[in-house]
Amino acid sequence: MPTVTSLAADLAAGRVSAVEVATEALRRALASPLNAFITLDPERTLAEAHAADALRAAGRGGPLTGVPFAQKDIFCAEGWRTTAGSRMLDAFVAPYDATVVARGKAAGLVTIGRANMDEFAMGSTTENSAFGPTLNPWDPTRVPGGSSGGSAAAVAAGIVPAATGTDTGGSIRQPAAFCGITGIKPTYGVVSRYGMIAYASSLDQGGPMAHTAQDCALLLNAIAGFDERDATSLQREAEDYTRDLDRPLDGLRVGVPRGWLADGVSDDVRAAVEAGVAQLQALGARRVEVDLPHAQYAIAAYYVIAPAEASSNLSRYDGVRYGHRAAEFADLADMYARSRAEGFGAEVRRRILVGTYVLSAGYYDAYYLKAQQLRRRIAGDFAMAFAQCDLIAGPTAPTVAYRLGEKTADPVQMYLGDVYTTLVNLAGLPAISVPCGFGEGGMPVGLQLIGDAFSEARLLNVAHRFQLATDHHLQAPHPSGTGGTP
Amino acid sequence: MSWEVVIGIETHVQLSTISKIFSGASTAFGAEPNRQACAVDMALPGVLPVMNAGAVDRAIAFGLAIGAEIAPRSVFARKNYFYPDLPKGYQISQFERPVVQGGSIAIQVGEGDRRYVRQIELTRAHLEEDAGKSLHEDFHGMSGIDLNRAGTPLLEIVTEPVMRSSAEAVAYARALHTLVTWIGICDGNMQEGSFRCDANVSVRRPGEPLGTRREIKNLNSFRFLQQAIDYEIRWQIGQIEDGHAIRQATVLFDPDTGETRMMRSKEDAHDYRYFPDPDLPPLVIEPSRIAAVRARLPELPAAMQSRFVEDYGLGAYDAAQLTVSLDTARYFEAVVAAAGVAQVKPAANWVMGEVAARLNREERSIVASPVSPRQLADVLARVADGTISNNIARKVFDALWNGEADSADAVIEAQGLRQVTDVSAIEPVIDEVLAANPQSVAEFRSGKEKAFNALVGQVMKATRGKASPAQVNELLRKRLSD
Repeated sequence: MPTVTSLAADLAAGRVSAVEVATEALRRALASPLNAFITLDPERTLAEAHAADALRAAGRGGPLTGVPFAQKDIFCAEGWRTTAGSRMLDAFVAPYDATVVARGKAAGLVTIGRANMDEFAMGSTTENSAFGPTLNPWDPTRVPGGSSGGSAAAVAAGIVPAATGTDTGGSIRQPAAFCGITGIKPTYGVVSRYGMIAYASSLDQGGPMAHTAQDCALLLNAIAGFDERDATSLQREAEDYTRDLDRPLDGLRVGVPRGWLADGVSDDVRAAVEAGVAQLQALGARRVEVDLPHAQYAIAAYYVIAPAEASSNLSRYDGVRYGHRAAEFADLADMYARSRAEGFGAEVRRRILVGTYVLSAGYYDAYYLKAQQLRRRIAGDFAMAFAQCDLIAGPTAPTVAYRLGEKTADPVQMYLGDVYTTLVNLAGLPAISVPCGFGEGGMPVGLQLIGDAFSEARLLNVAHRFQLATDHHLQAPHPSGTGGTP
Repeated sequence: MSWEVVIGIETHVQLSTISKIFSGASTAFGAEPNRQACAVDMALPGVLPVMNAGAVDRAIAFGLAIGAEIAPRSVFARKNYFYPDLPKGYQISQFERPVVQGGSIAIQVGEGDRRYVRQIELTRAHLEEDAGKSLHEDFHGMSGIDLNRAGTPLLEIVTEPVMRSSAEAVAYARALHTLVTWIGICDGNMQEGSFRCDANVSVRRPGEPLGTRREIKNLNSFRFLQQAIDYEIRWQIGQIEDGHAIRQATVLFDPDTGETRMMRSKEDAHDYRYFPDPDLPPLVIEPSRIAAVRARLPELPAAMQSRFVEDYGLGAYDAAQLTVSLDTARYFEAVVAAAGVAQVKPAANWVMGEVAARLNREERSIVASPVSPRQLADVLARVADGTISNNIARKVFDALWNGEADSADAVIEAQGLRQVTDVSAIEPVIDEVLAANPQSVAEFRSGKEKAFNALVGQVMKATRGKASPAQVNELLRKRLSD
């Protein structure tokens, strides 16, 4: 199973060309029954690959030039159909590049395709895609997680060595955990949101997904950094996220929040995460208990703030300038109503309704303001905890990947699966999910490491040392009926 | 029993930045539809707003000019509603924490003995973006959307409900217009919509609580502002006196009928669901930035008026007239600088009189005046040193205006306009006039002073105005008393 690091070495040594690598990735993508991609455009992909080879030939290639990846279909890329998993944008071809896309291009990354996702990143299973669900490569009767489920499945199935994802309440980490790969959600403001179709602006953050922490560090080097087109982007000096990868873990204080490995987490996940923490201890880390007293309110706060912002962010999809417009309507209001009712799926409509409600006169104080207060409390909890530990360890999700359709009937049950992830977005912190074992049905389990702001390099270091000592991330799903035939 | 009128005004002032408030697209007026709308203005998926620092500096300049508090931290909020020319489905504005808070503007109302000065207190001024335009012309039964104006920076300036007549409202609007153009934050072009007023009008019996208000939207001329308020006052009083209650509403003024008509009632009012815009961090303004803007501010009209009164001995009315715009004031000051402080009064009279009248007639601005301050100063100098009379000065001014010569002296020379002061040249003319008008001479001698003026006029006419009226007066009286 090639990784970014191994492919980059092969490309640099001239053992393989970008076109050969892209052709092989396209073949797997086309043969895969997982529905990991919304759009494949082999012509464009090969054009990018040819450009990468030309760059290398001219001696102007970088470390990632020619490396293939899957782009989550939420990043606008000039000339690529960009749907955000929605019927609303079924025919939308972006006329400009998101900053993440432009930086990927500059690094010479080759887009194999546009990864499937929950519509507008709202969901935990990728079942909310207007283009059909993505299947989990480990068990095609199960969900790959979401919203970046297409990205996670494409990597896990070995179609591509890496992918971009976005994480508003866990959408990088949870599918990474469900599919047995590594994914990092950076500190809010580290990766530009310009051109990343907004779900909840104050929580959205893009990041890489790959097999290893080392690969994630390389990709983060390519896409992160200040962007003057995003006012929430943080003006900091460029970092080399690989700089600390090999640092020993001696003396590392790993905080485990009290209660996180008690109720609410399934036995198999608890066992794998406990083993993961024990492994960190074996590598020289010290385990400490910490308290996050307001963490229990994170889901409630998240499901007020995110829908509130979404209800406003999605107002632009009105059928006036682009996107879906109903074929027939009586008047302007009817055009809006029909276009949006037809263009948006059930979960998106549900969150728009919730968001509109919590911002309405008379409810704003009771819901939106309260949620913002909780958000500050949660951030305060983390500040207290990081006085006692260097990072926090716990599960990424309370269970392994569940069956397709299992939670679609009860959205609240699905929301509760975000119990360990949303609080990180509310606090704006970085967190990484690394494979730490297998649970029920042989499904992968993710260990989540949460750091203080701007501690990406440290998180990647800990994850890398963990992966040097373990082989969970090297396990591949059985190829039959999943990731095509390698 | 009398009625008291209560008016508050909200003005949308378009800020004179080159690019839009949250994007790099141009703000120039009059381009082909949608040619000045970039991805951000069109609200394409994924785009983000970035604050234009020039718009913030202009808001700071305004706050300083009205003595307001500049909020060290203000917040942008989203005002959510659907409309085809509102591309994002929300307008980025400021709600709970505006950038400018408080302040006041002095106005002068009425003329002559009924003139008075008062301060109009402002509530706030906040930054926001303009919407696009819906074009309801023929697009095969559809409406067209032009997003060139979308994202144009606006400063919305809100007064307290303190004005008591349409005259005060217009005086306020004029003073505000002068101020925003004076400090260079707005081009002031009302036809192009750079300065638009909404008037909140209510009436009450003196001493009673505020009546229910109706808001007249989008008044883009001082005349319409006056007409709309006057109509609205009459209408509201009429309604109440007929036993009807006023219901809160937004109305539009129709210049053709001179009437206001209802646009929407309070029941139709939107719930805008304001909340802080998560795409824009709070606007933090450091004291050093305020100081930098303050250092660039020109002398303000109020300060200049006091200086004209104190240093030049001008009346308050004249001082106000001369500071109607920064360009006018600069022109006047340039004339005074060239002609000397002794010429302040005639300089003021000329700038407010002849210069203003000619500019007005030809619809020119004072910066485009064909007569430069230097040239006008020379005319004044020639009057002062007796070379020409005031009447002849007008001729000289006309010649300069029409470009017949470069300087006052050149005109005087070329047209032989030098005042005749030589007694020996004037006496024969007087003799001729007396001989030709025995009737007037007789009338004067019988005590009719009017006949004397007629004789003076005849002498002036015969000298083609070049004689000094005072001298003619003196010589004629002496001759007649012989």
